[in-house]
Amino acid sequence: MKNESIKVFQRKKKNILELWMTNQLADQGLREDLMSNEDLRAQSEELVSAFIDTLDDVTINDGRATAFEKVLDILSGISISRAKQGYSPRETGIFVLSLKDALQQVLRDEIKDVAVLYDQSQKISKIIDSFSIETFETFIKGREEVILRQTDEISEISTPVIRVWDNIVALPIIGTLDSARTQVVMESLLQEIVETGSNIAILDISGVPTVDSLVAQHLIKTVSATRLMGAECIISGIRPEIAQTVVHLGIDLTNIITKSTLASALKAAFAMQQLEVVKRQRQNNMVVNN
Amino acid sequence: MSILKEQDVVPFRNRVKEYAVKTGMGIVNQTKLITAASELVRNMLLYAKGGIALIEVVSRGRENGIRLTFADKGPGIADIKLALKDGYSSGKSLGLGLPGAKRLVSEFDIQSQVGKGTTVTIIKWKNG
Amino acid sequence: MEKIPILRMGRFLLVTIQVDLYDRLAENLESDLVHMVRKTGARGVLIDISAVSIIDSFMGRILGNIAMMTKVLDAETVVVGMQPAVAITLIELGLPLKGVHSALNVERGMELLRSKIALQDGESQDDDIYHSIE
Repeated sequence: MKNESIKVFQRKKKNILELWMTNQLADQGLREDLMSNEDLRAQSEELVSAFIDTLDDVTINDGRATAFEKVLDILSGISISRAKQGYSPRETGIFVLSLKDALQQVLRDEIKDVAVLYDQSQKISKIIDSFSIETFETFIKGREEVILRQTDEISEISTPVIRVWDNIVALPIIGTLDSARTQVVMESLLQEIVETGSNIAILDISGVPTVDSLVAQHLIKTVSATRLMGAECIISGIRPEIAQTVVHLGIDLTNIITKSTLASALKAAFAMQQLEVVKRQRQNNMVVNN
Repeated sequence: MSILKEQDVVPFRNRVKEYAVKTGMGIVNQTKLITAASELVRNMLLYAKGGIALIEVVSRGRENGIRLTFADKGPGIADIKLALKDGYSSGKSLGLGLPGAKRLVSEFDIQSQVGKGTTVTIIKWKNG
Repeated sequence: MEKIPILRMGRFLLVTIQVDLYDRLAENLESDLVHMVRKTGARGVLIDISAVSIIDSFMGRILGNIAMMTKVLDAETVVVGMQPAVAITLIELGLPLKGVHSALNVERGMELLRSKIALQDGESQDDDIYHSIE
């Protein structure tokens, strides 16, 4: 004999969908700005029919049954896309949990025997709970993907190597310098050195909030790697506070050419290249004599 | 792959490179992995007259990586802590092999028994 | 037996390493180079490693040795064309190749050698005098 509630659900598929829609539309967290009611309806309908079609005497007792794969696929699709669209976890959770209300409402109307009703509604409750856990997991995965993508983007845009003059490149570092970032910085700096044939690199750390011994180590590594390639590396943009902490921490930067500003670093670079910046007598243009 | 003589080192490095390229590893991480592999293979030849090297592709969540296992039946290492210290060498090398290799990879594990041999396992994640 | 060719260019020797070196090849290169420096009285050695994708501590030691040995024979060694990935790896490995000079490419390496030699011999001595001595 078929389970009571399955029969009810199959018969009342339409009602369930309507009820669920009403529940969702009644919720204050409804995001009409993110998704139109038609789309929401289509999504809900797909899920309801997949769910009811999968329900049988076995699956009703096990929300994690493999037969629910199709339902879970739909669910995870929905939650990942919601995560990306900027839904909050609460809004995504309510989407699934309000289905439970709809199902139980139908059961209450159809099943008169209290014992059976309790038993059935318990089972449905369990299944939907396991669905909502699944939904949260995929929702978080979706968010993680967004974060990963943003991290990649940030590390890419935050390392622009600038050609400031023939044979001189500069790289302003903005933000904290951890080991992953150092590698990106080193890589793009050294690559640019090779491509432009520059023999002087200026590393400007005006935008680095603090220099602790780890950051200093990363800076020293970058300078050493630049020297290994056969180019000189100047560190500029050292603020007084940073000079203080560096000395207090006992970090030895004496082997590294350091300048307080990018301008003085550029001057030092010009001197190394035997370039001279002079003011023209009549015009106010700057020219460089070799 | 068994490593018995120094001519095996370069082909082994090429194999590691092939695998690293397959996982889509960037050039710097490739170089770090291969250099670490080279150090460990050299150690194996120097102290244990060769051994077995295993290359595997591993994944953890969405991260892919390469795991290399080096197993030898050499004399073993009595004091692993000491062996992992920079500048320490029981041979006449620079003493950078083990600690250097450790710095170049994401995960590093060493098991050794005196008289029985040494097994070193390293993992380099694609973005690690 | 494979060998790495050593080219003579005036006062300098040029070595281009095109293959991944296995140990014996590298050791041979070391001794060949030292003999060549002695034989030709070269004042500088350029080692082009732009095609080398891996430098481990062994290779690093060979390069360091070459630099020190040629120094004793009054010749400077410049390593040119190191790949960025190789440089980063060497630093991480803890091998900054002390005592080895480096330059971006062969041309820059030549310039560096010339300036070093000029510095040693005093500014007055220019190329022409040098050639006549040779």
